[in-house]
Amino acid sequence: MGVDITESMVDEFVAAGFLGNPDELIPLLQWTQKKEGFISKGGAVKIARFLEISEAQVYAVASFYTQFRFDKPGDNHVRVCLGTACHVQGGSELSQEAQVVLNISPRETTPDGRFDLDEVACLGCCAQAAVVEINGRIFAKMSREKLRKALDNYGRS
Amino acid sequence: MGGLDGLRREARIRWEKRVNGGIPVIYFGTASCGRAAGALESMQAAREVLSVLNVEAEIVEVGCIGPCYLEPLMDVALPGRPRVSYGNVTPEKARRILTACLRDGDLLPRQSKGHFGGDDFSEQTGIGRFFDQPMLKPQVRVILKNCGMIDPQDFDAALAEGAYLGFERALTLGGEGIIAELKEAGLRGRGGAGFPTWKKWQLTQQASGETKYIVCNADEGDPGAFMNRSLLESDPHGVLEGMLIGGLAVGAEEGVVYTRAEYPLAVERLKNAIGQMRAACLLGKDILGSGFNFDIRIREGAGAFVCGEETALIASLEGRRGTPRPRPPFPADRGYHGRPTLINNTETFGTVPAILREGGAWYRQFGTPSNPGTKTFSLVGKARFTGLIEIPLGMTLRRVVEEIGGGARKPVRAVQTGGPLGGCLPASRLDTPITYETMRDMESIMGSGGLIVMDEDTCMVDMARYFIDFARNESCGNCTPCRNGTRILFDTLERITLGDGEAQDLEVLERAALTMAKSSLCGLGQAAANPVLSSLHHFRDEYETHISDHYCPPAVCTELFEYIIIRDRCTGCGLCRSVCPADAITGGQREAHVLDIGKCVKCKACVRVCNHDAIIGVPVGSRAQALADGEAA
Repeated sequence: MGVDITESMVDEFVAAGFLGNPDELIPLLQWTQKKEGFISKGGAVKIARFLEISEAQVYAVASFYTQFRFDKPGDNHVRVCLGTACHVQGGSELSQEAQVVLNISPRETTPDGRFDLDEVACLGCCAQAAVVEINGRIFAKMSREKLRKALDNYGRS
Repeated sequence: MGGLDGLRREARIRWEKRVNGGIPVIYFGTASCGRAAGALESMQAAREVLSVLNVEAEIVEVGCIGPCYLEPLMDVALPGRPRVSYGNVTPEKARRILTACLRDGDLLPRQSKGHFGGDDFSEQTGIGRFFDQPMLKPQVRVILKNCGMIDPQDFDAALAEGAYLGFERALTLGGEGIIAELKEAGLRGRGGAGFPTWKKWQLTQQASGETKYIVCNADEGDPGAFMNRSLLESDPHGVLEGMLIGGLAVGAEEGVVYTRAEYPLAVERLKNAIGQMRAACLLGKDILGSGFNFDIRIREGAGAFVCGEETALIASLEGRRGTPRPRPPFPADRGYHGRPTLINNTETFGTVPAILREGGAWYRQFGTPSNPGTKTFSLVGKARFTGLIEIPLGMTLRRVVEEIGGGARKPVRAVQTGGPLGGCLPASRLDTPITYETMRDMESIMGSGGLIVMDEDTCMVDMARYFIDFARNESCGNCTPCRNGTRILFDTLERITLGDGEAQDLEVLERAALTMAKSSLCGLGQAAANPVLSSLHHFRDEYETHISDHYCPPAVCTELFEYIIIRDRCTGCGLCRSVCPADAITGGQREAHVLDIGKCVKCKACVRVCNHDAIIGVPVGSRAQALADGEAA
């Protein structure tokens, strides 16, 4: 498998307050993704060992939920909201624009590793539609033009 | 019994000192939507003004008060005077207003959106009351009572405004008494299904088993809905108190809030509130000396819409794939870890404290006999006044759209209710009162409370395609009718919007939709076809125009129209030309512009900036005719 699991790696889970019961699979995945940015092969193996379940079980659950990524994310995270209110205000056009400007598809990372792009169901800021989130900051009432400017500000080359 | 009287008395004094301490108080609405609109930047500007003016003032962060279209909202209260509210406060505007208020004592009445004081203040200043605005006047605030009024991070504020009074009364009533009070109130599940809340509580209470659980469903997945997020961010104690009362009523010792990971601020405020409860002995062993033990923890969802369904949510809590299972057994009998589990929506829990505090009969004065009480909705889309609203059930859609929402700039075509599993009600049905039953009878659902106003620029076929695309992505794949049905519906709708629709497609849509409704395993599959069925029912001609004329009248489906500029309407302002990314628009200053369809990429940039509605979509290939008509006219 080529992944080295040492005792100390599992110790991290214990230090973070995890007890090792199966209930904790999703919180463990979330914790790992928060720390490493994605669920790496090694991360999945580690969780499997800790909970004494198979890797396949870890992936079966992880792949069900859209939150989990299996590729290294970019430096800047662009999330275009495609909720209903944003759709009515042109959310899918914003996604197109981001795809053209960054030259990647949703759930991909640019080859230079600077940006990743996601489409999300709803960020809950519907009255400010259409919204785009970049690195956790919400940009309200976006247009193609404003999105391009925002991406430029985050160092699109 | 320990009681909270002493603590509450001290909290009142401290909160009163904070907001009425002889110095000006500046309030900012900093829930997620306020932040999206720039509230934090405006708050920073306010701090700078204070230091420039060398004025000491208290800055209080509050939650969402409702009118999101006015965000960011800032209120100023000069010593001894009520809060005066200002809307769309950019950093620049914040500087101007604060300088006028704090340096010159000028409240800028014409810029104000209203105050929170009495009538005499209106007379003195000429400023109206905030809650008398057209958007707010028809509303009744029970669940949202504290939202935007208190600092959601300050426990003193919550206690001063009556938090845990309901719980204290519940302690004196006991389980049977609490359930009797809910029965009297007639509260029904606010997650959308409308099951009587008292009955759910009673079933869980009567279920056999030592260990029971409370689960708060805050997995608000409906795109276009943000009621639960606002409530959790603006008044977290309101929801936690409801869970505490639930635990007491059914005999549970552990509660879990299952919330969306996309709501980080809500999670942060919940954590903060849970810490405050623990410090005040409202969580843990022997709460307030009553012998009742209870604790609450938070679990973040991982992005799966179907987890809003209760059995899927429980599967997710147990660390499994979030797939629903057939019911019965219901969670009241066998839920989390196979134990009796009381699972309610966030808003349901958020309503319980008021019912216990004020009494079931008090609650019943709102709403209708079969649909008592109030319900929150997120009013969005093309309405002029968008935001979070709370209305007594039974109010007509027309009142909500036209009075509270202020109508739309263009004529309203339809209102979409109930989120992606709901339906589109045409403008002709606006006089329908909003109840669980009327919504169901019109091929929609109450759902959790999204209300999206659509005008003539909205294509009903495209909306149906959008909702089905959502359901298709979120279908867990467990049962065939939903997995295949959403696929069939999406493929068919996609073809229609691309101009490849065929005459028999409408029948295919209907058959697939009905099969899904009748035979899907869970609420998602049963309701996923609602957007298709309701739009087919009310807007069939629009489907037919797409199929037989290859034309999308609202100019949404890109393949089914082309743009022209109507000569008579164009003033030659040049706005459209300046935003066109394809250089498809030409024309001199003050001359009617011309659009080259060969170059046009239909990005809509020009349509959005045109102030004269001069750019319209016409059927593909009809441009010559339309131009000629324009010139003849």
